[in-house]
Amino acid sequence: MNVLLDHLPEFRDGFLGTLALTAASAALALILGVLIAGFRVSPVPPLRAFGTAWVTLLRNTPLTLLFLVAFFVVPLILFPGVSPFVLATLALGFYTSSFVCEAVRSGISTVPLGQAEAARSIGMTFMQTLRMIVLPQATRTVIPPLSSIFIALTKNSAIAGAFSNTELFNVSKLLSDKGFAIGWIFLWIALAYLVITFTISGIFRLLERRLEVAR
Amino acid sequence: MSEVSVTKDPGGPAPAVDDLVVLTGVNKHFGALHVLQDIDLTIKRGEVVVVIGPSGSGKSTLCRTINRLETVDSGSITIDGKPLPQEGRELARLRADVGMVFQSFNLFAHKTVLENVTLGQLKVRKSDKKAAEQKARALLDRVGVGSQADKYPAQLSGGQQQRVAIARALAMDPKVMLFDEPTSALDPEMINEVLEVMQQLARDGMTMVVVTHEMGFARSAANRVVFMADGKIVEEAEPTQFFNNPRSDRAKDFLSKILHH
Repeated sequence: MNVLLDHLPEFRDGFLGTLALTAASAALALILGVLIAGFRVSPVPPLRAFGTAWVTLLRNTPLTLLFLVAFFVVPLILFPGVSPFVLATLALGFYTSSFVCEAVRSGISTVPLGQAEAARSIGMTFMQTLRMIVLPQATRTVIPPLSSIFIALTKNSAIAGAFSNTELFNVSKLLSDKGFAIGWIFLWIALAYLVITFTISGIFRLLERRLEVAR
Repeated sequence: MSEVSVTKDPGGPAPAVDDLVVLTGVNKHFGALHVLQDIDLTIKRGEVVVVIGPSGSGKSTLCRTINRLETVDSGSITIDGKPLPQEGRELARLRADVGMVFQSFNLFAHKTVLENVTLGQLKVRKSDKKAAEQKARALLDRVGVGSQADKYPAQLSGGQQQRVAIARALAMDPKVMLFDEPTSALDPEMINEVLEVMQQLARDGMTMVVVTHEMGFARSAANRVVFMADGKIVEEAEPTQFFNNPRSDRAKDFLSKILHH
C-alpha cells in the first residue's frame, strides 16, 4: 500500500512518461496513417504500392522487433544520438500508423462513390476530393476503431519501458526489483493505465456524439 | 447516319469552331462486354442532344466518358478542340468546364446546399467568397430552391436535390452540361420540376447532352435524338423525324414498346 505514497514521484514520472509516449506516437500514427490511407486509394500506382508495402510490413512485424530495429539499427545508420523517447515514438507511431491506415481506408470505402465522382466532375483534384469531400464523411465511421487502436497503443507503449524510457512498466519493474510487494505495484500501475485508456474512450465517445449532430 | 470525321485534318488543328464535343471511334469494354462500339458523335455549341435507348445500351457510359469518369479503350474525345488529358491536374481543369448531373444527385452530404454550390467556385475557380455566395444564391433562385440554401441535402426532396445539383454544375460556368438520367430516381410529380429547369437551360442556349427516358423532354427540347442499342449508335435524327418516322427496325421496336401503353 505504502509503495505508492513512498514513491509518488516515480509513479508520477512513469504516468507522465506513458502519457507523453502515447500522445506523441498517437499523433505520429494519425498523421502517417491518414497519409498512407491516401496513398492506398490514390490513382497513382507507385503510391498505392508504397502504401500496401508500408501496411504489410509494419502490421505484420512484431512490435518488439520494430523496437530492436529502432534502437539498434536506426541510430547506427541514420540518426546517431537520438533520445530513447524519440526512438520509441518512432517505433510505436510507425507500427500503429499501419492500423490507423486500414481503419481510415475502411472509412473511406463507406463513403458512396458518387460523392467522389461529383467532386471530380466539378474539377476538384484527387487531393481536394479526398480532403474536403471523402475524409470528412469517413471520419464518423473511423472514430470507433481508432479509439480501440489508441487504447492498444497505450498498452503497447509498455515495451518502451524495456528500452530505457521512463514510463509505467519501467517504474513497476524498478520497484519490484527493489523488493516491494508486486501486487500493490501492479494495482497502481493498472489504475494509471485505466486513467489513460478511459480518457481515450471518453474523448472518442464525445467525438462520436459531436459528429452525429453535425448532420 | 453520322456526319463526324470533320476534325481529322492532320495539316492544322482547326476543328470547326462549332464542334464542342467530338467523339471519334470510341471503344470501351467492361470485361467481355463491349459497351461502346466505334462511337462517333459530334455535339455542336448550343446543341441539345438527347440520348435514348434500352437499358444496358451504353448510353450512361457514353455520357460518363465525355468527362472521363469512365476511361475509354480506344478512340479520341475532344472538348472545345482539346483532347481529354490523362488523370491529373489538367483533367481536373477540363472537368470544371463540363457540368455533370447524376441520377443519384450526389450532393455533398456534409455540406449545406449553399456550400455545395460555392465549393467548386471557391476551391477550383478560386473566386472570392462573397462573389461565390452571391452567384450561388442567384443560381439557387433560378432553379427555384433559393429558400433552402442553409439546409443539408438530406432535408430536401429528390426534385429539390436534383435542382441543387444542376445549380452546382452551373456555378462552374460549364461549356457543356451532361445529364445522366437526371429524373430516373425521382417520384413522378418531381420529374416535371427538374425537366422545367432543363427546358429553361436549353432555351437559354446551353449545350447539353441528356441521357433520359423522358420522351416528352426529347420531343420538346432536343435538337437531335441519338438512339443507342447494344453499345452502338443506331440512329441519329431530329426528334420529330425520329419519333414519327424512325428508320431502323431497332428504333421502331423500342418506340413501339414505350409509346403505346
